[in-house]
Amino acid sequence: MNIIYLLLALSVLVALIFFVAFIFSVKKGQYDDVYTPSVRMLFDDELVKPKSSKSSSTKNKKSN
Amino acid sequence: MKNCFHCGEACKNEHLVFQEKDFCCHGCKTVYEILNESDLTYYYDLQEKPGISPVTSEGKFDFLDNKEIAEKLLEFNEGNTQIVNFLVPSMHCSSCIWVLENLGKLNNGVKSAQVDFPKKTVRISFSPEKINLKELVYLLSKIGYEPYISLKDYDERDHKVDRSLIYKLGVAGFAFGNVMFLSFPEYFEVKEFWLEQFKHLFRWLMFAFSLPVVFYSGSGYFVSAYKGLRAKILNIDVPIALGIAVLFIRSTTEILLDLGTGFFDSLTGLVFFLLLGKFFQQKTYSYLSFERDYKSYFPMAVTRLTKNNSNESLEEQIQVYKIKAGDRILIRNGELIPIDAVLIKGQANIDYSFVTGEAEVVRKESGETLYAGGRQQGGVLEIEAIKAIDQSYLTKLWSNEVFDKDKNSEFQTLINQISKRFTTGVLSIAFTATLFWLIYDPSKALNVFTAVLIIACPCAIALATPFTLGNLLRIFGRNKFYLKEASVIEQIAKIDCVVFDKTGTITSNNKTEIFYEGLKLNTEEQSLLSSSLRASSHPLSRQLYQILDKNNIQGLDEFQEYTGQGISAETNGNRIKIGSETFVRDFSTETKELNKTSVHISSNEEYKGCYVFKNSYREGLAQLFKELGESKKLFILSGDNDGEKERLEKMLPLTTRFYFNQKPDDKLAFIKKLQEEGKLVMMIGDGLNDAGALAQSNVGIAISENINVFSPACDGILEASNLPQLSKYFQLSAKGIKIIKWSFVLSLCYNAIGLAFAVTGNLMPVIAAILMPLSSISIVAFATLATNLAGKKLKRY
Repeated sequence: MNIIYLLLALSVLVALIFFVAFIFSVKKGQYDDVYTPSVRMLFDDELVKPKSSKSSSTKNKKSN
Repeated sequence: MKNCFHCGEACKNEHLVFQEKDFCCHGCKTVYEILNESDLTYYYDLQEKPGISPVTSEGKFDFLDNKEIAEKLLEFNEGNTQIVNFLVPSMHCSSCIWVLENLGKLNNGVKSAQVDFPKKTVRISFSPEKINLKELVYLLSKIGYEPYISLKDYDERDHKVDRSLIYKLGVAGFAFGNVMFLSFPEYFEVKEFWLEQFKHLFRWLMFAFSLPVVFYSGSGYFVSAYKGLRAKILNIDVPIALGIAVLFIRSTTEILLDLGTGFFDSLTGLVFFLLLGKFFQQKTYSYLSFERDYKSYFPMAVTRLTKNNSNESLEEQIQVYKIKAGDRILIRNGELIPIDAVLIKGQANIDYSFVTGEAEVVRKESGETLYAGGRQQGGVLEIEAIKAIDQSYLTKLWSNEVFDKDKNSEFQTLINQISKRFTTGVLSIAFTATLFWLIYDPSKALNVFTAVLIIACPCAIALATPFTLGNLLRIFGRNKFYLKEASVIEQIAKIDCVVFDKTGTITSNNKTEIFYEGLKLNTEEQSLLSSSLRASSHPLSRQLYQILDKNNIQGLDEFQEYTGQGISAETNGNRIKIGSETFVRDFSTETKELNKTSVHISSNEEYKGCYVFKNSYREGLAQLFKELGESKKLFILSGDNDGEKERLEKMLPLTTRFYFNQKPDDKLAFIKKLQEEGKLVMMIGDGLNDAGALAQSNVGIAISENINVFSPACDGILEASNLPQLSKYFQLSAKGIKIIKWSFVLSLCYNAIGLAFAVTGNLMPVIAAILMPLSSISIVAFATLATNLAGKKLKRY
């Protein structure tokens, strides 16, 4: 039953890792702006496209 | 009528077609062309008609050439990279985010750009070799995203964000979860071999987890309680701090002496829930600032004229603070005069609305004094500073002590009123119970004393206010009424006097009613009138042109604009004169009609009549005053003359009182006088001229046509379109207070149940562990549901 020491230590360690990750992310400012990233991630696909086709800019229209 | 492909405005005055798309002006078309060239037309796919028509006057940002000023704006400047963070008030949709973040496609000097939409800022990293700061600003302006750069940017560089509450909440939540899980085995007190063996380890682990909760997360409560006690106020944090301390000390002694498991679970839970409440109450509108002073309105730099050795005039950009008395300064059309000065050259048409609230443009001749805060409309001016900036009239107005005062410290909140009685009640119960047990069974006395303090810890009471007000704050926000902080709602509920500013507050800034008085104009005269107005750039001409018939526009044989006086034009032998009465008639009868803004017209030297401009009052105003007048005293303070008095008296309830010709100081003094009479005053204003009054009043509300535009320091910003709803906001605030009171009753019931366990000496850790979250959660649920229900009514209107 002494395994419980190890298990306890492990569980606390895992909890601590997440806790430190949380503190770190707050410190980095990841929670300062929670709106823009949600919009930005929808752009990504479109960024590549216009680069390749300079001439067909007017045809570039996407239906959305 | 077609709508502009770029900005969505109706194509009224101009109608341009480019690539089968409609545009309302050249600006919009240019932006489209720029974006089209760089393959950025995806901008228009993301959102329909996302654009902003660009407006920038030439030379506006020339001061960025000055190294010292540019340096102040840059966040980072090292070798090949410079980083700058701009406030771009005009950003409003996902297209804006997209185009700003793809700025690099328009100019390869831009390395990266990142938008913070809630704050409306864009951080741009660029290489100064390819594009300098000034070019970058002009690039942004050219596509309609002109950054807002003011004197404030010069003073404050990096304001640290306070994230301590999130850290505290994180620590408390982390410890709470782990302690719950460690305390679970002992809840049911099963005498089991393995449990007996490990329980000491479990208990000390819980102790270890609770240490940061008490000494870090809970530290704010101790500090606040100590401050309160020193000021001889029993605030709500006193019983909370007492509860936390007693919980911790009793639990530690229990595990030290092996008496029991202690209450670490309740302790960490309590702190966690309390902080959660605090967190919820903190709703910030990051792009709105409630702390503005004149600095946010002032330009960062001005153009100074200097003479070199060979007596040539040189223009030089200098920082506003560096202006000395005697300096010659150049003021362009639309620029703000930052300093008290004497007019040297040019025709000054100064709009002081920003300082005095007076809507009329004031004409000044050279040699006259101009005061800081005026905005030049028209040509270029040359002025000579007579004082340094910190001694001008406007900045002195700002040094009034009102602006340093912390309003909230004086306000006795509901919770503080209750906590006084609550704390004395709890302490007397604790002592009575202890006394009883001292006589009856002294061994239990200490146990009971601490149990009472633990169970009476007003967690639920402390949560009722933040959740009710926090939720109301959000409901108000959804209805375009943005408050600085939750406690303002409590104050709104108590207001008994409402003071309105006139111009810009109850009148609309962008709507004017225009009437014609005089002889009827024939068709030819009308056509000549609109043709000549079309050529004029004066604001009144443009307004008048908007409402006139534009069918018979004809070419003009002769056109002459006399700045500050009027225009004269001639075609087919017909001559028209449009402008001020002195200009049109060579004499003035305006003494009796002094209070009107008017444009006079004569045709072939024969006086015809005049167009009179009147401010149009906001819709629903009469109804609002009627509703408010039932329970509150209403006042109107105006910086203008009393020309509108009759009209207002007719429109508004008889109880409303009017005061005209009120200077900013008078407004402030007026509010102060009301307060000295024991009234709680709400001031509703819009301009900087109301700033003092807004700060002095118990609740200062700034009215704003467009919340992206700056409003003076205040407690709340209300969108102009929602002004008629004001009485609904009052009602909802009052309801909020009622909900808090009911929550108090509910939580007192829980306390009574808990106290029954405590005074009889039967408080088990498990009971405390159940009772505390149960009471907290049910109060939170009640407060949230009740406010949402009350808020629903608001939306119906």
